[in-house]
Amino acid sequence: METFKEIVNFLTNPKILLILSVVMFAAGLIFIRFFTKPIVAIAGAAASVVFFGLSMTDENFMLIVAKADNVPIVMMVVLVGFFTWLGMRRAVINDQLMEAGQETMERRETKQKVFVWPDLVYIEFLAIILCTVGLIIWSILLDAPLEEPANPTRTPNPSKAPWYFLGLQEMLVYYDPWIAGVLLPGLIIVGLMAVPYFDPNPKGNGYYTWKERKFAITTFLFGFLILWVTLIFIGTFLRGPNWNFFGLFERWDVAKLEALVNVDLSEYFWVIWLDGGRPTNPLLRELPGLIVTAGYLFLLPPILAKTVFRKFYAEMGPIRFNVMIFLFLMMASLPIKMALRWMFNLKYLVAFPEYFFNI
Amino acid sequence: MARSKVMKVLTENPVWRSVFRHKMPSDDRNRVLVVLSNVFLHLHPTKVRKSGVRLSYTWCMGGLTFFIFLVESVTGILLMFYYRPTAEFAFEDIQALGAHVPLGIMRELHRWGAHAMVITVWLHMFRVFLTGSYKPPREFNWNVGVILLVLTLLLSFTGYLLPWDQLAMWAVTVGTNMARATPFLGNEGPGAALLAIGDTPLVHAGSDVRFALLGGRFVAAGALLRFYVLHCIAIPLAAAVLMAVHFWRVRKDGGISGPL
Ligand code: HEM
Repeated sequence: METFKEIVNFLTNPKILLILSVVMFAAGLIFIRFFTKPIVAIAGAAASVVFFGLSMTDENFMLIVAKADNVPIVMMVVLVGFFTWLGMRRAVINDQLMEAGQETMERRETKQKVFVWPDLVYIEFLAIILCTVGLIIWSILLDAPLEEPANPTRTPNPSKAPWYFLGLQEMLVYYDPWIAGVLLPGLIIVGLMAVPYFDPNPKGNGYYTWKERKFAITTFLFGFLILWVTLIFIGTFLRGPNWNFFGLFERWDVAKLEALVNVDLSEYFWVIWLDGGRPTNPLLRELPGLIVTAGYLFLLPPILAKTVFRKFYAEMGPIRFNVMIFLFLMMASLPIKMALRWMFNLKYLVAFPEYFFNI
Repeated sequence: MARSKVMKVLTENPVWRSVFRHKMPSDDRNRVLVVLSNVFLHLHPTKVRKSGVRLSYTWCMGGLTFFIFLVESVTGILLMFYYRPTAEFAFEDIQALGAHVPLGIMRELHRWGAHAMVITVWLHMFRVFLTGSYKPPREFNWNVGVILLVLTLLLSFTGYLLPWDQLAMWAVTVGTNMARATPFLGNEGPGAALLAIGDTPLVHAGSDVRFALLGGRFVAAGALLRFYVLHCIAIPLAAAVLMAVHFWRVRKDGGISGPL
């Protein structure tokens, strides 16, 4: 049992976790036919149940899971897992049907019409009853939490945002508040709203499919599963006092000290690589970071337009393409910054603490 | 025999006939009428594509989100009877609700319902994405949906403060601290220092967006009242209006999506 816990604690160290989740994500999509088989899903579900059961014996894990407000997170993870599987399974079946020259499940039934009463009304009725019963049972079993009265002089450690915003709070580790708390959330909303106007692909409208929409689905799944759900999981289970990283079964030790070894790119460039001192002129000091950032935002799009995204560029035209690619790069910047932080202890690419402006 | 007799007594009288303008929905004509003559069912068309009613297609998540919204409205109104949004009483009222109401679960229903609604709205968006239902002609309705998603999260967030306990105060403090860093409009945001007349800064802790949000420099009585009003009136009203638009557009855009 102890070795099991140590292995899990090791696997939930940020470096390993980052690599592991990306590898699992890629494997899931590459071997999608395998992973969408019912038997594989059942095995996976069974393994998760066993893992969860074993975890419950750990007091540190229990302390977190048993918090009333964390129960929905467990439900959310289970439901997201199930519905990802269900959606992708239907997509794979449809893809196979289309390959065999047959109609998709949806198309087969799309010309048939049924009466709303009773065919739809009874499904809605059933769903409402089940949902009501579920909510009532949940409410009877679990009391709503109420802690001590609000006290502005006593800051809890850690102070956490409500669980659905923990992804945003986690971004604060990698970005300044104006990026993590204002710019990126704004771009998430703008980006979501722009989705229909960016997706030039007329296929896959009104039925599940994977083959016909690989890029769109991969991007969305990556954002939803890794950057939203996984970050919430990290924020809930792995972030303890002083916002330090703790293994899944590690005790939340308030005194845990994490060496602050993060360095800015300017330090890497001028001090470590060039073996000199950092220039005093802030602009010169930050030049390497500014070049990297400008290259990422302004040089990469035309390169992508000429290479991997050539088809998109042709379909979308310059304006739509550039806005799309900007949002795409902003989204990609989060995992890139996480990787740079966890692998190379890089703090900021560009840092003007003088003006509250760090990237 | 006995059953049909009861039915007869029940339905063949002036009261029943004044409410329901159609016969039992046991034939096609009356199945259409039952939907057409009921204002709530009339949200639906009378007939739908078979592919669209499949539970494995829609997961019924949009419908459940709406249902939970209704649950939240009802339980929320009941909670409002007992809750006073002032720093003096808020915590006490919530505590009393737990202590003095035997078997009371309104607070639980409201809180767990709120969490559930956040989950169902994400899953609804997820299924709309996976079925490509945001594609023409449903682009606009997807946008209405995104705003509903934001409103759902804001509803949940503003409600989080109301119990006025440590959990509430600090979660909202963490959440609203970021507003301080809004470019130009937050007192610690980049560019805010540029907005000044001579030596007098225009954007400071007593005038920035965070101040506007909280009605003060800290999460205190002013914030409680603002969040209460937003939570109980402003956001639900906005959400209800947008839901009306959302449902209307589902129908105008040709019903639940299906292969073209
Ligand atoms: C308070 C939140 C929301 C409610 C109550 C709601 C409700 C519904 C309902 C009842 C439907 C009918 C089909 C179904 O149940 O799936 C629907 C369809 C739709 N929803 Fe929502 N929704 C909400 C949020 C969203 C969000 C966040 C999005 C996307 C970002 C969205 C986009 C759509 C679209 C595009 C359709 C048409 C889908 C189709 O025709 O297949 N909605 N919504």
